[in-house]
Amino acid sequence: MLRVEDIYKDYDGKPLLKGITFEVREGELVCLLGSSGSGKSTMLRIIAGLEEPKSGRVFWNGEDYTHKPTHERGFGLMFQDYALFPHRSVAENIAFGLRMAGRSKLEINSLVENALVSIRMQDFPKRPVTELSGGEQQRVALARALAPDPHLLMLDEPLGALDHNLRTELLKELRKRLHDSQKPVIYVTHDQEEAFSLADRLLLLHAGLLVQEGAPEAVFNQPTNAWVASFLGLGNLVPAKLVAINLLQTDLGQFKLRASPDLEIGSDCMLLLRPEGALFDVGAISSSDYLHAVVRDSVFMGDYFRLDVLVGKTLLHVHTPQSFTIGKTIPLAWSESNLQCLPL
Amino acid sequence: MKRSKSLTWLLWLIPLVFLLFFFYQPLLAIFRQVFSERFNQGWQFFSWDQISRPLIFTLWQAFLSTLLTLLIGLPAAYLFARFEFKGRKALHTLSLLPFILPTVVVATAFNTLIGPRGWLNLILMYLFNLSNPPLNLLNSLPAILLAHVFYNTSIVIRMVGNSLTRLNPHYDEAARVLNAKPWQAFREVSLPLLMPTILGASLLVFLFDFTSFGVVLMLGGPQYATLEVEIYTQAMSRFNLPMAGLLSVIQLMVTLLITLAQNRVKKPRFGKAALSSEQKTRQRALNARQKTFVILMCLLLVVLFISPILSLVSRSLVTFEAARGQRGEFETGFTTRYYSELFSNRSGSIFYANPLAAIRNSLVYSVMTMLIATSLGFLTAYALSKSSRLTRWLEPLFMLPLGASAVILGLGFLLTFNQPPWTSGPFPILIPIAHSLIALPFVVRTNLPAIQGIPNSLREAARVMGAKPWKVIREIDLPILLRAVIVSLTFSFTISLGEFGASSFLANARTPTIPVTIFRYISQPGALNYGQALAMSTLLLLTSAAGSLLIEKIRLPGEELF
Repeated sequence: MLRVEDIYKDYDGKPLLKGITFEVREGELVCLLGSSGSGKSTMLRIIAGLEEPKSGRVFWNGEDYTHKPTHERGFGLMFQDYALFPHRSVAENIAFGLRMAGRSKLEINSLVENALVSIRMQDFPKRPVTELSGGEQQRVALARALAPDPHLLMLDEPLGALDHNLRTELLKELRKRLHDSQKPVIYVTHDQEEAFSLADRLLLLHAGLLVQEGAPEAVFNQPTNAWVASFLGLGNLVPAKLVAINLLQTDLGQFKLRASPDLEIGSDCMLLLRPEGALFDVGAISSSDYLHAVVRDSVFMGDYFRLDVLVGKTLLHVHTPQSFTIGKTIPLAWSESNLQCLPL
Repeated sequence: MKRSKSLTWLLWLIPLVFLLFFFYQPLLAIFRQVFSERFNQGWQFFSWDQISRPLIFTLWQAFLSTLLTLLIGLPAAYLFARFEFKGRKALHTLSLLPFILPTVVVATAFNTLIGPRGWLNLILMYLFNLSNPPLNLLNSLPAILLAHVFYNTSIVIRMVGNSLTRLNPHYDEAARVLNAKPWQAFREVSLPLLMPTILGASLLVFLFDFTSFGVVLMLGGPQYATLEVEIYTQAMSRFNLPMAGLLSVIQLMVTLLITLAQNRVKKPRFGKAALSSEQKTRQRALNARQKTFVILMCLLLVVLFISPILSLVSRSLVTFEAARGQRGEFETGFTTRYYSELFSNRSGSIFYANPLAAIRNSLVYSVMTMLIATSLGFLTAYALSKSSRLTRWLEPLFMLPLGASAVILGLGFLLTFNQPPWTSGPFPILIPIAHSLIALPFVVRTNLPAIQGIPNSLREAARVMGAKPWKVIREIDLPILLRAVIVSLTFSFTISLGEFGASSFLANARTPTIPVTIFRYISQPGALNYGQALAMSTLLLLTSAAGSLLIEKIRLPGEELF
C-alpha cells in the first residue's frame, strides 16, 4: 500500500529527516513515535503532500505520489489542533470533504447523518464548532477526516490537546473506531502508552532516523538502543563498559550477561535494569552477586510498591510486591534474563 | 474613595470642555449656518447640481481608488505574510512610510514624477528634443488614483497582512487534504475567514479616499473637485459659506455611514480562534511560480513606494531651466540653491511666502500641538480606562473627531472664531488647537491599551505598601506609560508639522505653515518657486520619516494606530 523511500528533509537549514524508509500495509495501524521536534509531523505532511521532501519518494500502490497535489491523493489527515473551520457548523465541517469530492447532495446528507450518529451528535448538526468542548471537537475532526472515505488515514497527536481523564476515555473510543474502519492508519504521538495500546506496529523516530521498528511487544522486550529504552521508560539505565566477553563493568559492580555480538570489547554501552525484574529473595542467588540497596522512598502504586533505592551513589527504582521501611538496607539482584546491554 | 471619584471627574472635565468648546461648537456653527440660511432664503442658495456633481465624483474616485488599492494591497499583504526573502523587513518598513507622509509632500512628490516639470516629462523632452512637456498627467483622475493607491496600500498591507499572519495555516491545509483544490481551499476557507478584515480595511481606505483633500486639491486641478476641495473652494474663493456648510453636512453624514458600516464589519463572527495562530507562516519561495510572484511583487512595491520619494528628493537637487533666449536649450545641473534660498530672508509682495517664517511657525505650532494633544489625550484615555456607565456614553463623544475631516474643522473654526479675541491676539493659537483635535483620537488610541494593560493588582500592591494615590501614578503608571507617551508626542508633532486641511483655512499671510507655503510655491510659476517647494517638501519628508521610524522603534507590540 503506502511506501516511503529514503526521505530527506531540512528544516531551517538543519537536517530533520535523514533517510526514512517504511511501509504501511493494508488495514494496519502504524504508530510513529518520537519526541517533539523529531520530525514526526513533518513526515505526515510529506505523505499528505503538504510539504515536499528534499529527496526520496512516496509510493501508493506502486504509483509515485511524491509530486502529486494534496487534493488528488485521497488521504485523510487529522491535525493536532483539529483545524475545524470556525465559520462552518458541525455538519458543514463533516460535509466539506464530500462536497469537494463532488458527491451529490443526497449522498452527502445521508453520509453526514451517519457520521453524526456515530459520534452521537445527531441532535445538533448546526452547532458552531467554536462552541464545542475539546472532546467534541476531537470527535468532529475524526468524523470529518473519515467522511470522504480516505485510502489512508493519518492522525497527528489526536489526543495531544486533551486533559488526562478525557484522553483515557477517548483512547478507547479511538481504538475501536480506527480498528472498525479497517483503513491503514498512521498515528503520530509522543506518548508511548498511546502507541503501545493502539499500534499493530511501532516506528521509533529519533534524530532524523528510524531507530527501531516492530510490534509493540517486540520493541518492549528488545529495545535496540539506550535511547529507545529511555524514551519508552523501560527501566534503569546505568553507564557501563564491556570489559570481557559477556562481562559488564558499572558503578554498581560487574554484571554477567549475554551482550550483543556487534559490541566490541572495551566499548561503552548502557545497562538496562528492568524495575519489574528485581529480585529480593537472597536465597535464590549467591551472596556475592547481590547489591546492598538503601531504601529511600516507597510508594504504593496499587498492585505493587515502587521503591527508590540508593546503591552506592546510583539511584535505582524497582517494583516489589511488599513495602520496605525507609532507611533500611536490603539485598537486591537481577536474574540475567532481566538485564540487557544496549548500545548508546 | 470619594476623593478619587472626584479626581476622575476632573480628568473627564478638562478634555470634555475642550472638545465641547473647540470641536462641537464649530460643528454646530456649520449646521446653524446652513439652516439659518435655509430659513432666510429657502433652499435658494444652491442648485442640486452643485452638490451632486462633487458628491458623485467623490464617491466614484473613492470607489476606484479603493479597488486599485486592494488590487495591489492584497497580493502585497500575501507577500509579506507568507514569504521570506532578502530585504523583506526593509521593504515592509518602506511600505508603511507613505501612510505618515503629509499630503502636500505626496502631492509634490507626484508632481516631480508626472507633472509638467517632473522627471517623466523632462526625460521625454530630452530624448525627443522637445521644447514643451509632452505629457499632461497632472489635473487628471489617474493622478489622484495613483496618489491614493500610494497612500493607502500600507493600510491594506498592515491590516490584512496581520490577519493573514495570524490565520492558522492548518485551515487551508485541512481543506486541501479534504479534496479541495488550492483555489477552492482559498475560496471556501481562507477568504471567508479573512473577509471581515478585508472589508474593514476596504472601508477604512474608502473613508480616507472619500475625505482626501490635499492630494486632490494639488493633483486633481479645478475640474476634479471632491467634496473636501469644493468646501474649500466655496469657503475660501467664492466666500459662499452656506454652500460650504451644506457640503460639510453631507460629507459628515456619509462619513458617519461609513463609520457605522465599519463597526458592523469589525464584530468577529466566529471567535478570535481563527486568527490567533502562532504557527510560522513564512517560508522561502519554492517553485518558479512563487519566485516569479515574489520578484514581480517586490519590484512593483519598490517602484510604487520609492519612485515618488526618490523623484522628489532628486528633483529638489537638480536645476532644469530654459536657457534665456534659446528655444529648446536647457541649463541643467546639480544645485543646492533651492535649499539655501529657503534660509535667505527676502521680503516681497504680500503674497510672498516667507519660508523661514513658515518653518519657524510650523515648529512652534507642532511643539504646542504635541503638548496639548498628548496631555488631553492622555487624560481622556485615563478616564476612558475607568470603565463605567458614564464612559460608555462618553466614549463616542471623544472618538467622533476622528471622523470629522480637517477641512470641516477648518471651516467650523472660520465660522466660530473669526473674531476677536481669537484673531487679534498676539499669537495664532487656533492652528495648534485644530491640530490637537486632529491628533487627539490617535493619541487616545495609543494610550488606552497601554493604560488598560496595567494590571490593577500592581496599583493595589503599591497602595498596600503605603503609596499615596499620586505616588502610585508616579511609581507604577508613568514608567509603564512612558513609551505610549513618547509615541503620542512624536505622533502629534508629526501630524501637526504636515497638517494641511485645517491650516489652509486658518493660516493667513502672516502665519504660514510649511505645508501651506509649499502649496503656495508650487501653485506659482517659476523654477525657483518650484524648487523651493521641493526643498521644503524634502525636509518635511525627512522629518516625517524620522518620526515614523521612532514610533516604529518604541511602539509597544499590539498597538494599532487604526
